[in-house]
Amino acid sequence: MTARRTMTLNMGPQHPSTHGVLRLVLELDGEVVVTCTPHIGYLHTGIEKGLESKRYQQGIPLTDRMDYLAPLSNNLALVLAIEKALGVTVPERAQTIRILLTELTRIKSHLVWLGTHALDIGAMSVFLYCFREREAILDLYEAVSGQRMMSSYFRVGGVAAELPPGFEAKVEAFLTTFPARLAEYEALLTQNPLWRQRTVGIGTITREDAIALGLSGPGLRACGVAYDVRKAHPYSGYERYQFEVPLGKQGDVYDRYLVRMAEMRQSHAIAGQALARLAPGPINVADPKLVPPPKRLLKTSMEALIHHFKLYAEGFAVPAGEVYQAIEAPKGELGAYLVSDGSPRPYRVHFRAPSFVNLQAMSKMVEGRLVADVVAVIGSLDIVLGEIDR
Amino acid sequence: MRDASREPRDESREGTPVTEAGNRAETREEVQAESLVLQRLREQLGGALLEVKVWRNETTVVLAPQDLVRVCRLLRDDPDLAFDFLSDVTGVDRLNLPEASPRFEVVYHLYSLQHGRRLRLKVRVNEGEAVPTVTGVWETANWHEREVYDLFGVRFDGHPDLRRILMPDDWEGHPLRKDYPVEASPKWWEEEPA
Repeated sequence: MTARRTMTLNMGPQHPSTHGVLRLVLELDGEVVVTCTPHIGYLHTGIEKGLESKRYQQGIPLTDRMDYLAPLSNNLALVLAIEKALGVTVPERAQTIRILLTELTRIKSHLVWLGTHALDIGAMSVFLYCFREREAILDLYEAVSGQRMMSSYFRVGGVAAELPPGFEAKVEAFLTTFPARLAEYEALLTQNPLWRQRTVGIGTITREDAIALGLSGPGLRACGVAYDVRKAHPYSGYERYQFEVPLGKQGDVYDRYLVRMAEMRQSHAIAGQALARLAPGPINVADPKLVPPPKRLLKTSMEALIHHFKLYAEGFAVPAGEVYQAIEAPKGELGAYLVSDGSPRPYRVHFRAPSFVNLQAMSKMVEGRLVADVVAVIGSLDIVLGEIDR
Repeated sequence: MRDASREPRDESREGTPVTEAGNRAETREEVQAESLVLQRLREQLGGALLEVKVWRNETTVVLAPQDLVRVCRLLRDDPDLAFDFLSDVTGVDRLNLPEASPRFEVVYHLYSLQHGRRLRLKVRVNEGEAVPTVTGVWETANWHEREVYDLFGVRFDGHPDLRRILMPDDWEGHPLRKDYPVEASPKWWEEEPA
C-alpha cells in the first residue's frame, strides 16, 4: 500500500478548547493536519433578522449577544451607525464615557482571551487570575447599568444613565492596581520556555495572506500591519487621545499574544485619559425626538409626556439611506452596515463580525502543522461564536 | 503616477447621476479623496458605473454583475486606489423598497489600508440570476459569499465551495429574505396519526 492514509477527526462542537460551539473537521496524516474545515452556525440566532422587526432603540440589547465578551463594543457599532445616518453627534461627556467603557471592555475581553488561551495550552493559574480582574470590570459594568454582562448601556444619542456616585473612584482603584497585575501575568508567560515552545513560530501567517483573508485586529497587527480603526478613522473622539498601536513581526501565536498584552496597557492608558477628561455636562443630545425626557418631567410637562409616549410607541425615524460604521472592537474591525428606508425600524442591519472573518484564516494557519497546535491557534484567534453565527 | 495638476471633472456633466446629501459638514480632504477615486474609476471604466451616490461621506458605486470582477481587480491593483482589503460582503433584499427590481443587492465594502479610504460597491440581480465570485480577487470573500447565498439565496458563479454556512445543510428557504417570516419554526417531523 503506497496510498497515503489519512484519518478524519471531528473536533467539537462540544470540545472545550473550541471556545463555544465551533466544529472542526480535521483530516490528519499521523499527527499532521492535512486539511481543516470549520463548520459554524450552531449559535445562529438570527440577530440581523430580529433587528429588522424592532425599532432602533429596541435593537440595542440584541447586539450585546453577539460578542458577549465585549457587549459595549457591539452597542457602540450599532449606535454610531444609527447616529451617522441621523447626522447626530453626541455630547463630549457621552463620548468620553463611551471611550472609557469600551476600553475597559477591551481589557475585559482580552483577559478572557488570555485566561482561556493559557488554559488551553496548559497554564491553569493564569485563568484564575484573569477572571479576578475581569470580575472587577464586571462590577463597574454593574454599577453603571445594573447588569454584569448584557449591559446595553449605550443609547442612540448618548448613554442610558448618568454614572453612579463614586464610579470614578472605583475606576481609579482598578486602574491603579491593574498594571502590576498585568506584569504578573507577563512574568508567568512571556519568558516561560513552555509557553514559548507552544507559541513561537506556531500558526504563522504572512502579511499578504492576512490582508487577502481580511484578518483584522490583533491578528493583523501581529503581522506588522498598522491598521487600527481608532487611529485610521477615529470615532467618539479617539483623535484626542494619546496611544500607540502595538505591532508584531512574525504573525505567529506568540506575536498575537504580545500584541494583545501590549494593547491592554494601551487601553489602560486610554481609560486613564478618559477618566481625567470626564467633565460635567449632558450625557445625551438635547433632542426630545430622539432621547426620552427625564422621568421626573412626565408628571409636570405635557410636552415631555407626549415625547415620552411617541418615543416608546413609535420610536424615531432615520432618513432613508445607508451607512457603514466600523469600530475597533477587541477582536478586530467590527462594522455595522445599516440600510434605512425612512421608517422607525431598520430595513437591514448587517454586522461585519471580526471573529467570523478571522476564523476563516484558521485553515491556513494550521494546515501542515501538528494537531496539538490547532488548540493554540484557536486560542490565539480569540473567536467568539456568538458573533460568528449572529 | 496620477497627474495632480489635472482639474477634477465636473461631476454633473458625466453620464452617471450623482446625488449629494447629508447635513454633516464634510471636510475638504475627504471630499477630495472621494472624488479622486470616482475620477479614476470614470477614466478607467466610464460606462461600467451605473450609479454613483455620496451620502454621509460614503461613496456607493453600482455596477453591472458582468463588470464586477474586472472593476474589483482594477480597484485592488491600481496603486492610486489600492483597495487591498475587502471588509465585508453582504446582501439586501429590496422586496419592500420603493424600487424593488432587481430584487437582490450584493454589497461589497472595500478598504484601502494604504490610503485609508472606503468604497462601497453594489451589484443587483433578480431571483435566479448569479453574481460572479470575487474570491479570485480577495480570498476573504469565500465565507462572506457563502453567507449571502445561505441567507438570501443569491448564487455566486465560480465560487469554489458554495455551501450553506450558518443554517443547516438541509434547511429550506433563505431567512433574510423579506418574505421569510420572522417567527417561523421548521416542521421537523410529521405527527403520527393517533
